[in-house]
Amino acid sequence: MTRGFASAAAAVMLVAALGWAAAATPTAAVRPAPAATKVDEQTVHEVASQLRCVVCQSLSVADSPSETANQMRAIVRERLAAGDSREQVLAYFVEKYGDWILLSPPKSGFTLLVWVVPFVALGIGLVLVAVVVRRWSRPPQGAAASQLDPAVRERIRREMTEMDK
Amino acid sequence: MRASRLRWLIPAAVVPVLALLAYGFKTDPRGEIPSPLLGRPAAAFSLTTFEGAPLTLEGLRGRVVMLNFWASWCIPACYDEAPALERTWRAYKDKGVTVVGVNIQDKEEAAREFLRRFDNSFPNAPDPRGRVSVDYGVYGVPETFFIDRNGRVRFKHVGALTDEIARRQLDSLLKEPS
Repeated sequence: MTRGFASAAAAVMLVAALGWAAAATPTAAVRPAPAATKVDEQTVHEVASQLRCVVCQSLSVADSPSETANQMRAIVRERLAAGDSREQVLAYFVEKYGDWILLSPPKSGFTLLVWVVPFVALGIGLVLVAVVVRRWSRPPQGAAASQLDPAVRERIRREMTEMDK
Repeated sequence: MRASRLRWLIPAAVVPVLALLAYGFKTDPRGEIPSPLLGRPAAAFSLTTFEGAPLTLEGLRGRVVMLNFWASWCIPACYDEAPALERTWRAYKDKGVTVVGVNIQDKEEAAREFLRRFDNSFPNAPDPRGRVSVDYGVYGVPETFFIDRNGRVRFKHVGALTDEIARRQLDSLLKEPS
């Protein structure tokens, strides 16, 4: 039973580690762009792809051909050119539209659940699988009584050698 | 059988999923997203009206402002509310209210035709680069913002405005001390 607890504890620690990794990504993923007057179109695209096109269904500002998205891309470009960091540009849109404008829910507050729950669920699943597999692999009650007859064992060995030929 | 002890797992897995589904079906997918701008200072703007006159929020300080975003292709909502906007302007312009129209995502000629058709006499200006509409977090047209005498956004109406809604909001804002 102690081994069961040990594997369960290991699984819980794995979940905690995954949860921490999920929570820690935002700082690592979004780095401030250096202030520059010349704006890299790739950067504009990357920022725009994190914004929801307000007049479309399920499209980012980077992907939508609509006039509104075009104007929003121009605003992103302008703000980056003025020296705003990527976060500052995103924060401007959040200030005007709320978190809704972000295609990925923020990894904080209530919406942190969206990021963490799948890993927690995965961890719980792993623990359950570990428990069930242990149960299955345990020798059944009275296993000693049904020890294989040496004669039968010998016959199985012979037939398997036969098959390999 | 030991596995029977794990029988509770099935409802434990199914019930939360059903609960989430039930919640999802009850919410309106086209529901209004609350504007984060309410109670906050309205974004300054500097536009030029179709008549060529400058139009700034700063210049309207001390007055209650009813800021309406519209487009000539917005059928029928913008056409439905246009007469109400003009009636509201005529009824309230001497009481300290300015109605401002901001024409977005439009062709200039079509916008002028729209204004002629409804004989709209309040200041109207195009927002050719969409800066003002993004500053106000506009999703679509029509949307109307009520700005108090101190320049704060107090109410946002999505969809065609009616005389009643305009009257209720303006009367309440005019009652407040400036």
